[in-house]
Amino acid sequence: MSKRIEVRDLNVFYGSFQAVADVSLTIEPKTVTAFIGPSGCGKSTFLRTLNRMHEVIPGARVEGEVLIDGENLYAPNTDPVEVRRQVGMVFQRPNPFPTMSIRDNVLAGVKLNNKKLSKSESDELVKRSLQGANLWKEVKDRLDKPGSGLSGGQQQRLCIARAIAVAPDVLLMDEPCSALDPISTLAIEDLIDELKNDYTIVIVTHNMQQASRVSDKTAFFNIDGTGLPGRLIEYGDTTTIFERPTVQATEDYISGRFG
Amino acid sequence: MDTDLPATRIRAKQRLGDVLFSGAALAAGILILVALAAVTIFLVAQALPAFTADPADVSKDGRGFWSFVIPLVFGTIWAAALALLFALPLSIGIALFISHYAPRRVALTLGYIVDLLAAVPSVVFGLWGITVLAPAMQPLYSGLVDSLGWIPFFAGPVSGTGRTVLTVAIVLAVMILPIITALSREVFLQTPRLHEEAALALGATRWEMIRMAVLPFGRPGLISATMLGLGRALGETMAVAMVLSPSVIISFALLTSQNPTTIAANIALNFPEASGIGVNVLIATGLILFLITLVVNSLARFIINRRKDFSGAN
Repeated sequence: MSKRIEVRDLNVFYGSFQAVADVSLTIEPKTVTAFIGPSGCGKSTFLRTLNRMHEVIPGARVEGEVLIDGENLYAPNTDPVEVRRQVGMVFQRPNPFPTMSIRDNVLAGVKLNNKKLSKSESDELVKRSLQGANLWKEVKDRLDKPGSGLSGGQQQRLCIARAIAVAPDVLLMDEPCSALDPISTLAIEDLIDELKNDYTIVIVTHNMQQASRVSDKTAFFNIDGTGLPGRLIEYGDTTTIFERPTVQATEDYISGRFG
Repeated sequence: MDTDLPATRIRAKQRLGDVLFSGAALAAGILILVALAAVTIFLVAQALPAFTADPADVSKDGRGFWSFVIPLVFGTIWAAALALLFALPLSIGIALFISHYAPRRVALTLGYIVDLLAAVPSVVFGLWGITVLAPAMQPLYSGLVDSLGWIPFFAGPVSGTGRTVLTVAIVLAVMILPIITALSREVFLQTPRLHEEAALALGATRWEMIRMAVLPFGRPGLISATMLGLGRALGETMAVAMVLSPSVIISFALLTSQNPTTIAANIALNFPEASGIGVNVLIATGLILFLITLVVNSLARFIINRRKDFSGAN
C-alpha cells in the first residue's frame, strides 16, 4: 500500500515566476515526513507537485521528476487523474462536499473509480474508512446527515476518511490542523501516528511542535527574499533537525529567530 | 437572590444613520408588498364578473369561461415547457463552458455576447421568428411530418408557413437562454475552489469534478435561474402573438397550422377590440396566468428548501 517517493531536481513555476528550485529528496515508505518553513517558501506548492495538483492552477508547470516506486509522475504518458487516485490529499481547511451526506462523502472517491459496490460492501467500506479516521463512533448514527453539519475537527477527519477510502499509496496533508482547535489537532496527530502503519505520509505544517511530535523526517524550506524561489535547505531525521541542525538558517527558524 | 428583576431591557443606542437606513429598507420592503397587493386586487376585482356572468356572454361558443381558458392555459404551459426543454441544457452547457472550460479571453467575450442577447427586445425576436426562422424551418417540418408523422408530436398536416408552436418554442428558447445562462454562470463561478480541488484530488476528471462539486453546489441557483427563464417564457407576449396565428385548441402536434396560443398573446391580440364582459374575461385569464406563475415559483422554492441541509449554505 505505501510507496517510496523520490524527487529529482524539481523546479516549480507559476507562469514565469519560479516558486520552488532544485529540490531533490527521498521519502521512505511508511514514514511521516514533515515540511516546515516560513510562509511563502514553497512547501505547500512542492507538496502539491507530489500528486500533480499544482497544475490545476492556470499557468502552473513543473520541471524534473517525481518517482513513486520508480514510476515518474511527470512522464509524458502519465495521466494526472490516475496519479491523484494513488496519492490522496487532505487540505488546509476541511472540505467535505456540502451537498453530500457523510456516507456519500466517504464513498465519493470510490464511486469515481467506477467500482460498483454492493450495499453491504459499501457499508463495510464506509465503516472501515471512518474507523480508520477515528470518526466512526461519533457519526455512526447519522451517516445520512450532511457532512457540513460536523465540527471542524470532525470534518477534517471525514476528509481523511474520504482520502483513505480509495486506499491510496501516499497521503499528503497540507497544514491539516491549521484551522482546528488544540483538542481536534491532537486527535488528528494521533490518527497520523496510526495511519503511518499503512501509508506514506507527507505533512506540511507551520507548527514546529507538531512536526517534532508526528514526523520521522523533517525537511526545512526557505527563501532568500521575495520574488526568489523557495529551496530545500535541510532534510534529515526529525530529531537531528530539531536538536543538531547543520545549517544556521534551520537553527534560526526552529529556535524562533525568524519566520 | 433578588427575584424582582426590573422589567426594562437594555436597549441598543439609536443612531440616526441606522434609523434612516432601516426605515428606508422597511419602506422598500413594504412597497413591494403594496404593489403586489394592488395588482392582485385589480386582477381579482376585474376578473370576478367573468366567473359569474352568463356563459353565453363569455365566449363565442357559449360554453363558458373555463372551456375558453383551459386551452389557453395548456398553450401557455406547453410553449413555455418546450422552450425550457431546448434552452435549459444549452444554457447549462454554455455556462459551464464559460465558467470552467473556456480560456479567459474567450469566456469574457462569450459572456458579453450572452448579456447582449438578453438586451434584445422581444419584438425583434418576434420579427426574426416570422421572417427568418419560420421559413427556414418549414422544409425541415415537412420532412419530419413525412418521415416521423406516426409520432403524435409530428402529426400532419404540416403548416405551410412554418409558423408553428415549435417555431414559437425555439424563439422563446432563444429569448430565455441569456438569462438562464448568465445566472447559472454566476452560480457555477461561485463554487468554492476548495470543493473543486477536493474532487480533483480524489482523482476526478474535469467532468466528474463538475458533477461532484459544481452542479450540486449550483443546484438551488440553477433552479432559480430556470424559474426566471420560465417566468419570462410564460409571460412572453409579443414574440408569440407575432409568430402564431392562434386557435383555441389543445393539441400536442408541433408542426400543424392549428396551434394553441398562450394567455399573454391572447390578451395582447384581443384586448384592443374587447368590450364589456370581454374585458373582464381577458383580465380573468391574466389572473390565471398570475396563479400559474405563483404555483411554479412556489414549487421551485419547495424543491430548493427540501434539501436545504445539503445546500452548503450552513
